[in-house]
Amino acid sequence: MVVRSDRRLMRRLLTYLRPYRREVAGALGALIGGSALQLAQPYLMKVTIDRYIAQHDLSGLNLIALGFLAILIGAFVFEYLQTYILQYVGQRIMFDMRMQIYGHLQRVDVQYYDRNPVGRLMTRVTTDVDVLNDLFAAGVVSVFGDVFTLVGIMLVLLSMNWRLALVAFSVLPLIVLITQWFRRHVRESYRTVRLWIAKINAFLQENVSGMATVQLFGREAENFARFDAIDRGHRDANIQSIFYYAVFYPAVEVTSALATALILWYGGGEVLVSVLTLGSLVAFIQYSQRFFRPISDISEKFNLLQSAMASSERIFRLLDTPVTITSADGRRPKAEGGFRPAAGHQPSAVSRQPPAGHIVFDHVWFAYTGEDYVLKDVSFEVTPGQRVGVVGATGAGKSTIINLLMRFYDVSRGRILVDGVDIREMDLGRLRALFSLVLQDVQLFSGTIASNIRLGAAIPDAEVRLAADAVHAGAFIDQLPQGLASPVGERGASLSVGQKQLLSFARALAFDPQVLILDEATSSIDTDTELLIRDALKVLMARRTTIAVAHRLSTIQDMDRILVFHKGELRESGAHQELLGRRGIYYRLYQLQYKEQESAEAVGER
Amino acid sequence: MGSALRRLLPYLLRYRRQFVIGLACVAVTTGVSLLAPWVLKHAVDDLYAGVTRRKLLVYSGALLVIAVIGATFRFLMRRIIIGVSREIEYDLRNDFFARLQLFPLSYFQSRRTGDLMSRATNDLNAVRMTVGPAIMYSANTIILFFAAIALMISIDLRLTLVALIPLPFVSVAVRYFGAAIHRRFERIQAQLSDLSAVTQEALSGVRVVRAYRQEAAEMERFGRANRDYLEGNRRLVRLQGLFFPTMSLFLGLGALLVLWLGSRDVIRGRLTLGGFVAFNAYLMMLSWPMIAFGWVTNMVQRGLASWGRMREVLDAESTIADPPPDRLAVLPEVRGAIEFRDLTFAYGDRVVLDHVSVRIEAGRTVALVGPTGSGKSTLVSLLPRLFDPPPGTVFIDGLDVRNLSLAQLRGAIGFVPQEAFLFSESVGDNIAFAQGGANAANRARIEWAAGVARLDKDVAAFPNGFDTMVGERGITLSGGQKQRAAMARALFADPRILVLDDALSAVDTYTEEEILARLKGVMRQRTSIIVSHRVSTVRDADLILVLERGRIIERGTHDELVDLGGFYAELYRKQLLEEELAAS
Repeated sequence: MVVRSDRRLMRRLLTYLRPYRREVAGALGALIGGSALQLAQPYLMKVTIDRYIAQHDLSGLNLIALGFLAILIGAFVFEYLQTYILQYVGQRIMFDMRMQIYGHLQRVDVQYYDRNPVGRLMTRVTTDVDVLNDLFAAGVVSVFGDVFTLVGIMLVLLSMNWRLALVAFSVLPLIVLITQWFRRHVRESYRTVRLWIAKINAFLQENVSGMATVQLFGREAENFARFDAIDRGHRDANIQSIFYYAVFYPAVEVTSALATALILWYGGGEVLVSVLTLGSLVAFIQYSQRFFRPISDISEKFNLLQSAMASSERIFRLLDTPVTITSADGRRPKAEGGFRPAAGHQPSAVSRQPPAGHIVFDHVWFAYTGEDYVLKDVSFEVTPGQRVGVVGATGAGKSTIINLLMRFYDVSRGRILVDGVDIREMDLGRLRALFSLVLQDVQLFSGTIASNIRLGAAIPDAEVRLAADAVHAGAFIDQLPQGLASPVGERGASLSVGQKQLLSFARALAFDPQVLILDEATSSIDTDTELLIRDALKVLMARRTTIAVAHRLSTIQDMDRILVFHKGELRESGAHQELLGRRGIYYRLYQLQYKEQESAEAVGER
Repeated sequence: MGSALRRLLPYLLRYRRQFVIGLACVAVTTGVSLLAPWVLKHAVDDLYAGVTRRKLLVYSGALLVIAVIGATFRFLMRRIIIGVSREIEYDLRNDFFARLQLFPLSYFQSRRTGDLMSRATNDLNAVRMTVGPAIMYSANTIILFFAAIALMISIDLRLTLVALIPLPFVSVAVRYFGAAIHRRFERIQAQLSDLSAVTQEALSGVRVVRAYRQEAAEMERFGRANRDYLEGNRRLVRLQGLFFPTMSLFLGLGALLVLWLGSRDVIRGRLTLGGFVAFNAYLMMLSWPMIAFGWVTNMVQRGLASWGRMREVLDAESTIADPPPDRLAVLPEVRGAIEFRDLTFAYGDRVVLDHVSVRIEAGRTVALVGPTGSGKSTLVSLLPRLFDPPPGTVFIDGLDVRNLSLAQLRGAIGFVPQEAFLFSESVGDNIAFAQGGANAANRARIEWAAGVARLDKDVAAFPNGFDTMVGERGITLSGGQKQRAAMARALFADPRILVLDDALSAVDTYTEEEILARLKGVMRQRTSIIVSHRVSTVRDADLILVLERGRIIERGTHDELVDLGGFYAELYRKQLLEEELAAS
């Protein structure tokens, strides 16, 4: 049931408070101290009236004033401490939570990203966490404060005059009923309102994206009518919820007035027969007015709790997503050495290792979903130092080979061996350290040119420079105002596609991998940079096992071996000339592209 | 600010009666609540002097009656004013959406959907807070403030002046804290957007991060941004935490002075004990308006900023609209003759179409081929004025499209784009889009359109046939199915002119041929323009145009162009090869 799952969520949320037990205890102390001082004020009033005003004691009044001043200053300190600590602890918890969510996102399977758009994941890290902040900063702990104030007032009243106190408390059942009624309805109407807001958002999202279609079919009037209906539903749901608020606050007010009236009537009688002092009566009235504030506060916080629960549910669902692709020993895939940024880069160590990069695909089957196999019984071998091209029409399964080799996904059937070991048995960090991957869409990160080449690894500037020069990126970098230190904007807008590609080559080279993997890396380049890039590729591939997925055959013609994929199967394999001679799929692909190039050149000459 | 309010005023004036009644309720409830301390004053004074129990009962009863009257009007106040703010929100949102519907495609291409949505929800809510709660609380505050002070003066002028000593300090504090909090808050917003940017980069580049084993480095980068954000928040909290205690301190000092000096006055007989108690009660009432004051200012500031963002949309003019009445031309019936006359079109500085001239007779089929970016899609999108052609360049039945009403123009054209946009409604609703959705009367027509577009077999396999929902909670259509649904949608509308903008690119060649064969009968009565990369799609057209870099470089029938040995002939040869390859 909903309530039970709320409780479970709450218990889990409270575990985040545990590291800050001491701070929370301090805040609680300040909270109680502050409430106690608040409680002292009406009592001072009583003393003033009964002792000093009644007895015309002027000097005693000075004493009371001093006491009042002390209380004010004390209350100031306590209130400040309490707000500051609570807010700060709230922020710390948000910090912890964001780190945890982000950390988990760094580990979950790549497949998770296929299912969840980046925008949604970002909402988890930012908006959802912020909603929880309200809960910690203003909610959970201050409820204790409210409860303390309530109990405190009750005790003071009972000690002053227990009969009058009981008379005052006689309105409590009424308050409980009102609060129950309010909570039940507000909870419900809150849900309804959220539902309508979601509908508004969905409708707007769809209609803004599809506005051209709406306009082409002249559907503006009809769609406006539909929007109007949703908008009206939202309005009416809100007006309904206004009703509950509009009833609740005045109802609490009337109850409070009822208590005051009872105190005045009964207490006034007691004053008349001198059982009660006038000062006590005034104090009683003041206390009773303070009594109802925490009650409406607590009800208010109930709302906060509602939205916090919804957010925390989404966050926990993300955190509970299992990670299936892990290192063989069950450790989570993380660069060796945890948080150290230098992890994973030891070029000198790598080059001292015996030559490696022996890759075997052994009867590999793979489907992204269900039985929809994109690779069917694929077997091939790449020996160390060999350069292999992978070609085929779109959808032939080329890129999947890379996804499987890097273990972004695990094979459905069969196995992949690297240097004789099943990659599922290897440490993920070590496996991926063998490769440098160059993708078709170059991903740049905000930072500098240099930071985009070395990423987080501790590669010295000199080596970054060498790598950049080796792939002919040095020339354009030197033309930038600050060379390697030039900032790269969001999505690297200031660089051309070719320049970005060269940067990604420099990145791949700087990591000095044993195996180079190119995924359609040269498909979108203008002719000017193409020569540069071809040359850069030669540098990259030198003395290195290379697997290049290519759409353009020209880039892989002089590879040692070419694998031809067709409809998920490995159909042909061999060197360029050999494949041409076979007059099969490769031959046709080649003819297709050769002509294309020829005509493109012809157009260029014109 | 003046003009901003002037723009908002009509929305408020529409509900002026409710506002007047609501504000009257505020006045009543505030006035009544001020009576309670007055009753208390008399009660205490009487108790001090000695009184009957019967009189006590009268006082108690008075307190209760006051509370009930106050509560009734408080209920009405909330109900009416906040209710009106919801009405205004509703009006504004409808107007906002109606305005959006007028904007041309280019408007949406240059803006993010999320941003527009945020204006229609978050910003609108901030505006609503200003016209509802802010107005209610400020009215309440102002009345309470002046009335309470007047009553306090009536009890004791000197004591009132003493009680108000901290007031200037309070207003200085409010201003200081307000400005400082605002500054720190802005910095936090900037830090938050940094944090989002780092997150966004790392999440969209997840493959690179994993491949280069940068998880730890990314954690560190994120941790840095996260820590900065935490630090900024700490700075804000340090200040914000000081705000309310400082306010209570100042207010408490006022109360202290009243207690100290007032009790002396009681002893000296300058003030009655009841007056003293009532005075204290009024002073407590005053603390609320002071707090509300800062709160309302904040609300209004935010509301004004948000209103500015909404006005950017509400006040934007649509560049593609119906012609003015003096230019409006009406065709009694659209025949479907099309002409592009020396058409040159550019997006900004980039020329996409360069002196294009074509005349298409009604009922003909014309095909456009050419490399990506040659201007094919732009050419056809000028026809229904998705973008506006220069005057005197695009004609239907001899009339400039800019002089036709958008309803007639677009009603005559069935446009099937490459990226088919379907709505999350049922398949039938999507096909009958032009008539507002599927119903019993148009069922046969839906089936007919689906049949021509070869969607019929797919629909038969869907769990609920034409009633199957498309999208998130329904069935997810493949690219080809989407394109065919969009085709059926266009056919359903029975247009005189059918435009297929690479509309079958995701449909396999076999199905495509089936569709083309079925279309042939339908197309006989209409003018069609077909944009395609496939020779098989266009070979039977009456006229084939080859576009390159915005110019028509070849024109003729399939046979003529094959003989010509140019771009088209080459395209044809390659596609024969491809077909061979696909078969292997």
